Formats: sequence, structure tokens, C-alpha cells
Amino acid sequence: MREKALPVLAVLGIIVVIWYAAAVWMNSTWVYDQAERAGTTVSFAEMVPQTMAQERPLLPPPHQVAAELWKGVAGQAVTSKRSLVYHGFVTFRGTMMGFALGIVFGVAMAVSIVRFRVMEMSVMPWAIISQTIPIVALAPMILTVANQLGIDSREVPKAIISAYLSFFPVLVSMVKGLRSPDAMQLDLLKTYNASEGETFWKLRLPASMPYFFASLKVAVAAALIGTIVGELPTGAIEGLGARMLIGSQFGEPLIMWAALFAAAILAGLLILVVGAVEQMARRRMGVPA
Amino acid sequence: MKDTLTAGAPVIEAKGLNLTFQTGDGPVHALKDVNLTVNRGDFVSFIGPSGCGKTTFLRCVAALEHPTGGSLTVNGMSPDEARRKRAYGYVFQAAGLYPWRTIAGNIALPLEIMGFSKAEQAERIERVLDLVELKGFGKKFPWQLSGGMQQRASIARALAFDADILLMDEPFGALDEIVRDRLNEEVLKLWAATGKTIGFVTHSIPEAVYLSTKIVVMSPRPGRITDVIDSPLPKERPLDIRDSREFIEIAHRVREGLRAGHGDEV
Ligand SMILES: Nc1ncnc2c1ncn2[C@@H]1O[C@H](COP(=O)(O)OP(=O)(O)O)[C@@H](O)[C@H]1O
Ligand SMILES: [Mg+2]
Repeated sequence: MREKALPVLAVLGIIVVIWYAAAVWMNSTWVYDQAERAGTTVSFAEMVPQTMAQERPLLPPPHQVAAELWKGVAGQAVTSKRSLVYHGFVTFRGTMMGFALGIVFGVAMAVSIVRFRVMEMSVMPWAIISQTIPIVALAPMILTVANQLGIDSREVPKAIISAYLSFFPVLVSMVKGLRSPDAMQLDLLKTYNASEGETFWKLRLPASMPYFFASLKVAVAAALIGTIVGELPTGAIEGLGARMLIGSQFGEPLIMWAALFAAAILAGLLILVVGAVEQMARRRMGVPA
Repeated sequence: MKDTLTAGAPVIEAKGLNLTFQTGDGPVHALKDVNLTVNRGDFVSFIGPSGCGKTTFLRCVAALEHPTGGSLTVNGMSPDEARRKRAYGYVFQAAGLYPWRTIAGNIALPLEIMGFSKAEQAERIERVLDLVELKGFGKKFPWQLSGGMQQRASIARALAFDADILLMDEPFGALDEIVRDRLNEEVLKLWAATGKTIGFVTHSIPEAVYLSTKIVVMSPRPGRITDVIDSPLPKERPLDIRDSREFIEIAHRVREGLRAGHGDEV
């Protein structure tokens, strides 16, 4: 554990140092401007503290972001519209819906592609093309279409955008996993006169599980990004994506940065949980610990 | 069904069997005019250099490959039909156990597919584990077993559903000689205990002579049978039978057959 933590902490330390340096450099412009306007001059030693506590810094230093994050998490009731826990939960809920939808679609498509050759030739190219369209361009369209269809809730288009990103890694891994049994393993089942269904349930599906779990980490991260993108377009008022946009549009960089870090923390937690589930599944499937 | 097949009756009959694979580099004549009769209770070894069609012949018997000419019957039926009647168990060169199933779970695989009840599965698993001397290893996962033990488990899996015929394609090819000797002894014991008809592919002359009642010597390009030797060795075979005069004579004849088949290539 120690050996693992040390390099990570070292990198973190370096990032913080660079961050502070950048904050001083970027925020100094404002300090010098103010001084010029007031007709005074500031020395370097006077300038530095003034870059650390601006209300609208170009780049807030780490401690300001941390304070804002803390305020957002612990500073108010979790039900408050200003609470990051509240917005984080909205984003989390959207991510889970998109993630689940993505898994269902990804697995279903993989199964049909492995089962029917025509599906491979007709569906797979479209699945690949779908991933080359920038999601930021597509997201507003999905929202508009959903609105046209009379779907008022933002949850549905958000989940669709999120699933749109997360189904792909699941699809690719599952196709690979379902095809992973070699000729000998397939022949063995033939000698038992096994049906295609039995081959699927007893060989292909269990053989694909390691591939499936490996894809979940990527898929959950993609689902989170999809959800946040789905929260960005104007009109959204809930979710970390909306907070980021509000922060940026209303010139409140602290709000934006706090939301950004909340999203990063959420991503980290999700990946940890998925990793733990993967470990559990591996143990159940007899993989040496 | 079983009672009608008396000992010594033909179990596998190949007449003028031909198989040509169409490949990118043109046709490969894997089996040419193969005639062979295997009787009930025989232990038949197929020996020959690689590429002579040993695997292909065994796969034809198992209906994993379909001959392009001639006739082949298994228990008097077509190989496909025989498979549906669970005529044989097949042991591949690699154990091929499912890593996500325990040893008992792996042996249960054919039993589940063939629809045995849970109770009967458990009873059969115990019995075959005992037969291959893996008693008590049912709950272990494959990675917890040595290569030789894994191969024994795969033999147990092939034995579990009581097929009359056991087909083994170089089952011990990947194991070291010491383990191989032990397993050969065990296979003989198993054969004596079960009375099965065994088809065994090998490219080790001592292995073939030690195990078999019938040795089929094959040669490549095109794959064909060059000699069929009925072994005069007794059924009871201690390991040191390999030093006996008879054993050495048979081994010599096998070697001659292999050399003749090779022609001027050696
Ligand atoms: N599926 C296949 N397609 C094409 N050629 C094959 C195939 N299987 C075997 N062969 C060829 O048939 C010949 C006999 O192969 P095989 O029966 O595997 O030999 P052995 O088991 O005696 O080493 C070889 O020349 C091999 O390359
Ligand atoms: Mg072979």
C-alpha cells in the first residue's frame, strides 16, 4: 500500500506546485490591472497574496477550490439547490441509468452480432460510426428531439446520451469475449452434441465475463461524461454539468471548478466501486486471488 | 443396446476412407484409402509422424470431420448418429478445463448437457474422480492442479457419461516422461476396470507398444496406414514389461513400419 501511495502522492505534490505557480501567473494580470487603474504599483511580494483570494480568479488556486468544494458538500443541507451533494446525486442517477442502458444495449448487440453474421456486417459499422460523431454536437439534438416527442423529463435524453457513449466499450469487449473460446473448446461441446443455446450459456457467456468486467470501468466513465454533456445545454438547472455551465456563464469560476472536481471525485468513486465488483466476480469465477 | 454388442464385435469400421482438405495451397490428402476394424474392448494406438492424419482419423470417428470418400461406421451407425447416442468420450491434447468451474463442475459439464439429474451427476462425479485417482479434488479449481492432474480430470470428464468408446488424441503429449509413465499405467488400469474400447493417438513408440492390443502405423503425404500390428503382449502389463524380448520386437516392427512409410524422406 505504501509503495503504491508514494508515487501517487509525489505526482499530486508536483501538480499542486505547478497549479499554484500557474494561479499566481494567471491571476497577477488582474492585480496589476487594478494597481494601474488605481495609479499605484505593486511589488512581486505584494502581488502574490492578492492572487490567492480573488473573487473571480482566472485560475483559482487549490485551496480556494477545496474551500468551495467543502462549502458545496458540507456547507448546506444536501437538498439545497446549492449543494454539490444534491447536484452530484442528480448526475450519479443519470450516470447509472445511462450505464445500465448502455450495458443492456451493448450486451444485446454483441450477442446478436456473434449469433448472426448479417448483424456483424450491418450493425457493427454503424456502431463504430456512431462513436466518431462528437457527442457535444449530438447532445442538443437528442434533447430537442426528446422535447419534440413530448418527453418533458430531462432524465430520459440524458440517459440516452449517456448510454450512447457507454454501450460501445461493452459491445466491443463482449464481441471479443463471446468469441474467445477456441476451436478445441467448441469441438468438446460438439462431442456432447450440445445445442447452440447450451454452447452460449455454458461456454461463450462465462468465457466472456472477464472481458465484460474489464469493459465496465471504461463504460462507467463514459456514462458519466455522457451525463455531464447531457446536462450542459442551456436550460439545465440540475446536475454537475449544469453547475459547470452556470459557473462559466455567470463568471463564477469557483463554482465551475468545484463542480469539475466534484465530477472527478464521482468518477473516481464509480471506478472504485466497479473495480470492487469486478474483483468479487473474479473471485466467484475461481480466478486465483 | 449395450448387451447386443458382445466383446470382439466390430466397433469402428473404416472402409476405403478418404479425406481431402481444400486449402488455400490446394488440396491436402489427409487420409487415403484407410481400412481399419477396431473391435470391442480393443486398445488401439495410432502412431506416425505429425501430419499423417492420426488426428483427422480420430476426428472422423467423432464426427468432428466428415470423410470425402469411403465408409465409416461407429457401433454400426454413422459417426453423427453414434455421437447422438453418446458412443464416445473425447480427450484432447490440452485438458481444456473451464477455469471458472471446479473440477467437479467441469466433469458435470457433459452430464448437465445430457440431462442427468443432480443426484446422478454427483454420484458419477465421485465415481470417475475415484477412477482417475483424483478423489477429494472435486472442489479445487483447475489452476490449483498440476498439468498431469488436469489431464486426468479431462479423462474423468470423458468417462462420466459412460460412453463405450474413449478417443484420446495425444493426451499426454505435453507432459514430462515421468508423469507420462504414471498416467500410462493408470490408463491401462482404467481400461481393464471399464472394458472400454480405446483409440489413442501418440507419437511415442514405447507408449504405443506398452498400451495397445492393436498398433496402427501411419505415414504422411498422403496420410495412410502402413502397418497394423496385433500385440501378443498379455493384458496384464507391469511397467518392466518394456524390457521383455516381445516388447522390444514389437517396438522394432513399429519402427520399421515408420521408416518404410517415410520412404526416402528420412
Ligand atoms: N482443418 C484442416 N484444414 C486443412 N488441412 C488440415 C486440417 N486439419 C488437418 N489438416 C492437414 O491434414 C494433414 C493431417 O493432419 P492431422 O490429422 O492433424 O495429422 P496428425 O494428427 O497425424 O499430426 C496435415 O497435413 C494437416 O495439415
Ligand atoms: Mg495430431
